[in-house]
Amino acid sequence: MSNSINIRNMIEGSRKKSKLAMFEKTIPYLLFFAAFLSVLTTIGIMVTLTVESILFFRNVSFREFFLQPELKPLNPSDPKFSILPLLGGTLLSSIIAMMVAIPIGLTTAVYLSEYATERVRRILKPLVEVLAGIPTIVYGFFAFTFVTPVLRELIPALDRTNILSPGIVMGIMIIPIVASLSEDAMSSVPNSIREGAMALGATKFEVAFRVVIPAAISGIIASFVLGISRAIGETMIVTIASGSNKNLTFDVTQSMQTMTAYIVEVTSGDAASGTTAYYSLYAVAMTLFVFTLLMNLFARYMTKKFREVY
Amino acid sequence: MQFMDMKVVQSRMSKRLLLNQMTKWLFLASAIFGLLVLAVLLYRVIVDSLGWINIDFLTSVLSTKPEIAGIKGAILGTVWLMIIVGPVTMALGVSTAIYIEEYARPSKLTSFIQTNISNLAGVPSIVFGLLGLTVFVRLFGIGSVILAGGLTMSLLVLPIVVVASQEAIRAVPSYLREASYGMGATKWQTIKNVVLPVALPGILTGLILAISRAIGETAPLVVIGIPALLIPVPTSIFDRFTAMPMQIYYWTIDSVLVAEYAYLAAATIVILLLILFTLNSLAIIIRNKFDRRY
Amino acid sequence: MNQVILKQKEQKEIENRKNESSIVYDTKKLNLWYGNTHALKDIDLPVQERSVTAIIGPSGCGKSTYIKTLNRMVEMNPEVRTTGKVHYRGRNIFDSSYPAEELRTRVGMVFQKPNPFPKSIFDNVVYGPKIHGITDKKILQKIVEKSLRGAAIWDEVKDRLKENAYSLSGGQQQRLCIARCLAVEPDVILMDEPTSALDPKSTLKVEELIQELKQNYSIIIVTHNMQQAARISDKTAFFLNGEVIEYDETDKIFSNPVDKRTEDYITGRFG
Ligand SMILES: Nc1ncnc2c1ncn2[C@@H]1O[C@H](COP(=O)(O)OP(=O)(O)OP(=O)(O)O)[C@@H](O)[C@H]1O
Ligand SMILES: [Mg+2]
Repeated sequence: MSNSINIRNMIEGSRKKSKLAMFEKTIPYLLFFAAFLSVLTTIGIMVTLTVESILFFRNVSFREFFLQPELKPLNPSDPKFSILPLLGGTLLSSIIAMMVAIPIGLTTAVYLSEYATERVRRILKPLVEVLAGIPTIVYGFFAFTFVTPVLRELIPALDRTNILSPGIVMGIMIIPIVASLSEDAMSSVPNSIREGAMALGATKFEVAFRVVIPAAISGIIASFVLGISRAIGETMIVTIASGSNKNLTFDVTQSMQTMTAYIVEVTSGDAASGTTAYYSLYAVAMTLFVFTLLMNLFARYMTKKFREVY
Repeated sequence: MQFMDMKVVQSRMSKRLLLNQMTKWLFLASAIFGLLVLAVLLYRVIVDSLGWINIDFLTSVLSTKPEIAGIKGAILGTVWLMIIVGPVTMALGVSTAIYIEEYARPSKLTSFIQTNISNLAGVPSIVFGLLGLTVFVRLFGIGSVILAGGLTMSLLVLPIVVVASQEAIRAVPSYLREASYGMGATKWQTIKNVVLPVALPGILTGLILAISRAIGETAPLVVIGIPALLIPVPTSIFDRFTAMPMQIYYWTIDSVLVAEYAYLAAATIVILLLILFTLNSLAIIIRNKFDRRY
Repeated sequence: MNQVILKQKEQKEIENRKNESSIVYDTKKLNLWYGNTHALKDIDLPVQERSVTAIIGPSGCGKSTYIKTLNRMVEMNPEVRTTGKVHYRGRNIFDSSYPAEELRTRVGMVFQKPNPFPKSIFDNVVYGPKIHGITDKKILQKIVEKSLRGAAIWDEVKDRLKENAYSLSGGQQQRLCIARCLAVEPDVILMDEPTSALDPKSTLKVEELIQELKQNYSIIIVTHNMQQAARISDKTAFFLNGEVIEYDETDKIFSNPVDKRTEDYITGRFG
């Protein structure tokens, strides 16, 4: 066993190196630092938005920002800063988007989870999800150069830039979010519940809408909320296809600016750093951030609630 | 007394069955609708790009004249960005995942970090752009250069890598860890030699998805301030740059002025989609090739 | 007559001395809790070197818990608390100055389910030596051959060392795991039902291997299979509800147990 003693000794010898132990001890701290960077990112976002928003609200009152209707950031004599036109644009485009995404997304989910065979489902679901992988800039191009001209054939009153076309295209982009998450929720409803209803003579349609959807409702609502949150935060489609009119209107044929498109407009150049117009974009971004954060937290809460049941 | 009137049941039955049949086809149509739109979209950009994609287009630099404009600079800009995004998200994302899955005790802080990551995934990309503008470009004073864009993009797609890595690490069976500990391996040795190699395919898939997302992301770059000027081809991370989605953006909005710009945008989109398609195929290949062997 | 007695006495003396000097593991008043579950109660168990010690008992009696305590793998569960002492070669393994990693290089473990790493056969065997700092290719090659020979699997795999370990059969995988264990030349090998996932033929091979290994190693084996315990072990401990009911020479336990409960168990009346 001369060989054996050798190996043992070699192991023993290398064990003595306490460098290894030191290394072991520092590793968790390094990793924690990396993990904490994501928290720092959030803190960074919040501090950035808050600090610069405060500078904005030194010059503009909350009242003006949230209550009067006019937004004219670059008007040299009498600039006006209201977020209402932007909220209107964001709200309207999101509503249009959800009017497309909810019916199509939900029925797609019903089809995938209740009607499709396993094979069809395994092919169709990833294909639908491809829609979510297309960059939004491509959708923007599509809305501007294809959907808008087509719509203008149908609705002559439609402006070259309008809120309708990007709203619809955003809806298409959001279909997979609603479909995929709703389908997940519906698929996790136990089969025994379906079988119970079937045995009473219910049709598939009745099972889907009277049994499965109510059972999966919190997961489905979560998918809607996440969809809306995506619509609110979406930038490129609306920037390209909806133009920069700061209108407070409900006429979908007109150009309207969303919060995100406003941020793009201000940062792309015209407002000099340090002006009120420049700080206004942080106040708008803060509003945007709070909206989406609340919605995401709500969606998370709903999903959690759903998971607790099944 | 009988509550069920068979006649009423019967008469309603055919209606219910008809509704059932009709909705079935309706729902299928709705499931296919998205795919139809996708087909139209692809058809449009491909038709628009016909005749515009050629070697010259890929190897020439920008120009205001559509006939001679090329996207060499934009492609290289995108490549440079990914040279930053890839390693940074890989290092930060995997470290974060290892920390949460292997080291962190279940505590308030840990669940806060976890919640924070999933919330970051839902923050609009334009807000990340503002963070990049304020912190990297202005505060650190590095300007609207590749480094600033790359770091901003890295933070944006970090949650994708973290979540994918966490799932991959969690899927490593505990008996493999035990085997390693049983040999006297330390925790880090076990992670490095057993856990990470087994989790690697999952981690790589996540990384590829993150890079795909970053390649197509436009809003943060617009906000950081990539000018619409003709920028020279970048040669280092401290150079100003343009990227493929930026170029699509400027050509699309300027197509109002010069109609041909729309074709240039379409051509760039085709190249962009081809790159994304290749990356996603790669992810699928990795996933299939390294299908569990244990 | 006198002669015989004297001889017996002498033999006993020798035996006794051997016992004292050759205790590799000595467990004293060991208690262990999983949270509130009291899984091991006042265990006292001296284990002899270069012998096979079997641990038997009904499911849930604490066999795995005990054997995993010996190389401190139980502590991977943060709920676990222990009191008492376990001496390995005279040193208390719970001493804070005794790193678990060091203990585990001296005490190898073979698990119930074969658990090779998803790497090549070669890489599996050199895993231990490598993490303990041996990098010389030639030495590693030697270690691989020696360990695989030691685990009686060399002839079956010598031409396919670069193949993935999961291309082996279950029985081969388990012997590979034993080889992996031998590669760091441990002093003790702990085995937790090493054959329960194997077919009869592979089981026999592993049993033969255990018989050979005891020339050089101390082996502690958990088994559900009474015949196996009787066939391969020198001493047997019977566990019940976290206690050691009886611990003696295997022949004695199986032919003439002292405790009624031991008898009931080995005759199959419960458990
Ligand atoms: N991780 C754990 N958490 C809580 N209790 C545990 C845990 N592991 C084991 N126990 C408990 O400790 C006791 C002993 O378990 P152990 O696994 O040691 O039994 P065993 O004798 O090996 O059984 P088997 O023959 O089925 O393998 C059991 O009552 C079990 O419920
Ligand atoms: Mg056990």
